[in-house]
Amino acid sequence: MIWSKPSSLSRWHDDRWLAPPLALLAAVAALILLLVLAFLLSEAWPVVNGDGWWRFFSNEGWYPLEGRFGLLPMLWASLAAAFGAVLLAAPLGLAGAIFTRFYAPPFIVKPFRIVLALLAGIPSVVYGLWGLTVLVPLIARWQPPGASLFTAILILALMILPTVALTSASALNSVPRSLLHGAAALGLIRTGIVLGVAVPAARGAILGGILLATARALGETMAVLMVAGNVVQNPTGLFEPVRVLTANIALEMSYATGVHRAGLFASGLMLTLLVLALAWLAARIVRRTHYA
Amino acid sequence: MPSHAMDRAFTCAIWSAAVLVTSAFLWLLGDLVWHGMAHLSWSFLVSEPMNAGRSGGIAPILVSTLLILAVALAAAVPLGLGAAAWLAEYTRRDGALGQAVRLSLDVLAGVPSIIFGLFGNVFFSVFLGLGFSMLSGGLTLACMILPIFIRTCEAGLSAVSDDWRHGAAALGMTRAAALWHILLPAAASAIVAGLMLGIGRATAETAALIFTSGYVDRMPESLSDSGRALAVHIYDLSMNVTGGDGAAYASALVLIVLIVAINTGALALSDRWWTRRIATS
Repeated sequence: MIWSKPSSLSRWHDDRWLAPPLALLAAVAALILLLVLAFLLSEAWPVVNGDGWWRFFSNEGWYPLEGRFGLLPMLWASLAAAFGAVLLAAPLGLAGAIFTRFYAPPFIVKPFRIVLALLAGIPSVVYGLWGLTVLVPLIARWQPPGASLFTAILILALMILPTVALTSASALNSVPRSLLHGAAALGLIRTGIVLGVAVPAARGAILGGILLATARALGETMAVLMVAGNVVQNPTGLFEPVRVLTANIALEMSYATGVHRAGLFASGLMLTLLVLALAWLAARIVRRTHYA
Repeated sequence: MPSHAMDRAFTCAIWSAAVLVTSAFLWLLGDLVWHGMAHLSWSFLVSEPMNAGRSGGIAPILVSTLLILAVALAAAVPLGLGAAAWLAEYTRRDGALGQAVRLSLDVLAGVPSIIFGLFGNVFFSVFLGLGFSMLSGGLTLACMILPIFIRTCEAGLSAVSDDWRHGAAALGMTRAAALWHILLPAAASAIVAGLMLGIGRATAETAALIFTSGYVDRMPESLSDSGRALAVHIYDLSMNVTGGDGAAYASALVLIVLIVAINTGALALSDRWWTRRIATS
């Protein structure tokens, strides 16, 4: 079964024949990113080339057919939804991580982790469906119309919570035991050990996880599209309907042509760069973390 | 004793956060099962959708979903395993080329799914002329799941002890034989983990498929037909079809059961297959 002829001792051993094809596969995988960016840029070129990037910020309103490409209301909506979601999910997720590491009785740890894993695995369109049919009517009874920035924040928070909780839990787990034992030996109570020693020691990785979750919230499409109301306007209140950048692409791609289509690709490119910058920052922060 | 009061308050806060998260999950799951079971039946699974999906079933949509997934895996698994093997076994760990490939993959992993949809539409549907088809959809998903699959497989291969490589070399095995007979089976659990992450993401995906595999809900006849994935079906039912909520919930329940079933199946299958191979060879 084992084709070991010619052996590695023979003079013409063809031991590395597999290397070039494998390298080719790796190169193909690595080229996908360049391909994505190149095709986005080439499709966005008609708009970018004309008046340049600045028109996305200086134009008033999003009327692509009249050549007005004001993206700012949607950009603000995207940022507000992501920021609000992180504001909710970060403390809850961190608390969940602290719970599994320090507070939960052993028989609860595993079920709680399964809950987090399942929350992470539920498709975003299912979150959207639930938000649309359960949360929106509920909020509409209190603050009509219901489909609003607030609902988007709630759904997004639920979606990114497992990311924060799971990354924070693994960060807390890699805090050296000796630190915790030392704190306990100094007579610190449990709150002091957690808030004074464990969380500060793991703060880099925790922050990295939160940034990753922010990037996910910014890039999320379906769930936000289904619950946010999709009116293009500056987010002035929590209960106003808004349209985020990703939802705009999903809604208009099906009928956009010409310059309109180019505008959508340009907004996609901008969103990608924003998300990648966040992910890069997250990776940098995590890499710089030392547990000492 | 102020510090003890603080301790108690903090304990309370942590516990209530955990309870809040769990109850939100149970609320969501309860609604899914409750509304889903009300509309779910055997005939729902095996009949064609009628009246824009309000009645009838999801048979062609299930078939399309599985076909799109099959295309994605058929493209991503060989490509991913090859790339991971090169990264872990055929290049130095800190070599410039390897690092460039890793960086490119990590960046690709952060790209939002709607962007993959745009890319898939331009590249596969228009540039390569595949049109709105399950082929374009599946290949788009392959691009999307590739980074995480490669990095998980690479981590699994790198974690195999060097003793195994030395042992294989001492027995006169070629590197290719060692890779196939020893290193890949030894890294099986990581490979399956990467596969499951990929399947989970691919099956759940909507945004990347709307502009690549399309909306058509007839039974597909070939891979170059447009086919509606289950997630797209749920989106369409809840957003564009009034009175489609019941069918949407039933489809959502089917989707989640499908993801869990595929994951469990992959795990069980690979366990048996890999253990047999490493035991007999």
